Amino acid sequence: MNRRLFLTQAAAVSAAPLLTAADKPSGLVDCNLHLGPHPTRALPEIDEAFLAKRDITEAWAGSFEALLHRDMGAVNERLVKRCAASSRLSAVGSVNPRLPAWQTDLRLCAEKHRMPMIRLYPNHHGYTVADDVFAQLLTEATKLKLRVQIVAQLEDQRTQSPLMQVPPVDLKPLAEAMKKVPESRVMVLNANASMITTALRGCTNVWLDIAMIEGVAGVENLLTSWPADKLCFGSHAPFFYWESAALKMQESVLTEDQQNGIRLGNARALLG
Amino acid sequence: MRIWDLHCHLSGVAGLTPEERLGSLIKYADRVGIERLCVYMGMKWAQDPSADDLGKQNDDVLRALEKHKDRAFGFVYLSAKHVERSLSELERCVTNGPMVGVKLWVAQRCNDPMIDPIIKRAAELKAVIFQHTWFKTTANYAGESTPDDLVALAKRFPEVPIICGHTGGTWELGIRAIREQKNLFADLAGSDPTWGITEMAVRELGADRIIYGSDSGGRSFASQLAKVHGAQISDADKQKIFCDNLRNMMLPILKAKGIQA
Ligand SMILES: [Zn+2]
Repeated sequence: MNRRLFLTQAAAVSAAPLLTAADKPSGLVDCNLHLGPHPTRALPEIDEAFLAKRDITEAWAGSFEALLHRDMGAVNERLVKRCAASSRLSAVGSVNPRLPAWQTDLRLCAEKHRMPMIRLYPNHHGYTVADDVFAQLLTEATKLKLRVQIVAQLEDQRTQSPLMQVPPVDLKPLAEAMKKVPESRVMVLNANASMITTALRGCTNVWLDIAMIEGVAGVENLLTSWPADKLCFGSHAPFFYWESAALKMQESVLTEDQQNGIRLGNARALLG
Repeated sequence: MRIWDLHCHLSGVAGLTPEERLGSLIKYADRVGIERLCVYMGMKWAQDPSADDLGKQNDDVLRALEKHKDRAFGFVYLSAKHVERSLSELERCVTNGPMVGVKLWVAQRCNDPMIDPIIKRAAELKAVIFQHTWFKTTANYAGESTPDDLVALAKRFPEVPIICGHTGGTWELGIRAIREQKNLFADLAGSDPTWGITEMAVRELGADRIIYGSDSGGRSFASQLAKVHGAQISDADKQKIFCDNLRNMMLPILKAKGIQA
């Protein structure tokens, strides 16, 4: 851990102005944020002040409303409006392929809202990545040049509301599904280390985020078995304290290339 | 900020020997500014350990401490299913050894008075007492205590400070459960860094009853430190949670053992 990095992270944590502008990293993409009301918790709002304080230059934000609402068109409209509050925010709309005429939501995300990607919640919406409907959705999204984020889990099953128990997504069939859509660009959010080493083993053409990578020096350890160009900074804020992801970058010793890739370059490559 | 970590293990971290593993933990702790680690349980865990198992796991911790006594404190792993052996382990590891606390896990629910002789002796020694608890939506293990079980125990020993491990995991429930039982302290370790845990704990329990811990190596230090670093509370409260509350609880036994910290 070099001194400068330590101070960068310490500054992020304490918000103390320890650095001069020249020392600051050139950008940080947080690819895993949510806006809007959460079903069971009153969470802080991710707004311009939140992002600026943490030097987040690009914030890819989905909507908590997408989990349970059926009027997905309106959910995505509201998300776009919320994201207009900060130039750092980028709206990631949702599509639920179990809803009638989901294709319209998909098309609006691409053509009306000009979104670069969509976010899917297979287990909240009642399908698996082995289902035909997922294959159709992946095919259609890819035709529209939409990247696809799949949320593997949102909350530890042990702490979920008894009325809303949602197990993690089974990611094992993902590799097979992606083979049928070779142009697809997929990012899995909130995967944990055991999903990565079992279900996603060999599926190294997907991007991942670090929000639920646990264990001491978890990021550093993951990079011994996962390509460094397919791992991105994601915080899962505001459900998680944002500082968790920032401190993970400090707990692991990473080369400058790895740092830059995780903070910025790899997310850009997903978009590119 | 001074940071002491209440809750570390020799599992989930690389190393062939206990001392290597503790050395690795310390290496990572250094990167995130943690000064001292409390460590308990050995190289190979058992949810319902035999009496001999307890001895072996405590041997592992003693061996690790020997090498790193300037950075780590040891808690002796005990089980209410083996009271005699637990009492002799207490004498071996705390009275006559370097350990300063007691760890109770999931072999036997702590509401059962069979645990009482262990608590009584640990309190006499001024050892820090840590009981794992969870409120799992998915159902607890048979011998796994809830914070409600711990309240039942704490009522029998109202003068003895006891730490509610994980604050029950499902912290909205755990904090509520222990709120009125003033000798219970909340351990923040070992659950996802879900926003609001520390704010609610400070509001409901007061900052004096909350202690930072990580549950490393299975957890990252980062995710657990974030619960305090990221909380919307005062820096003075953060300092209490990160170190002062645990240190104050430990000072009597540290003094008795002549340990400066
Ligand atoms: Zn633990």
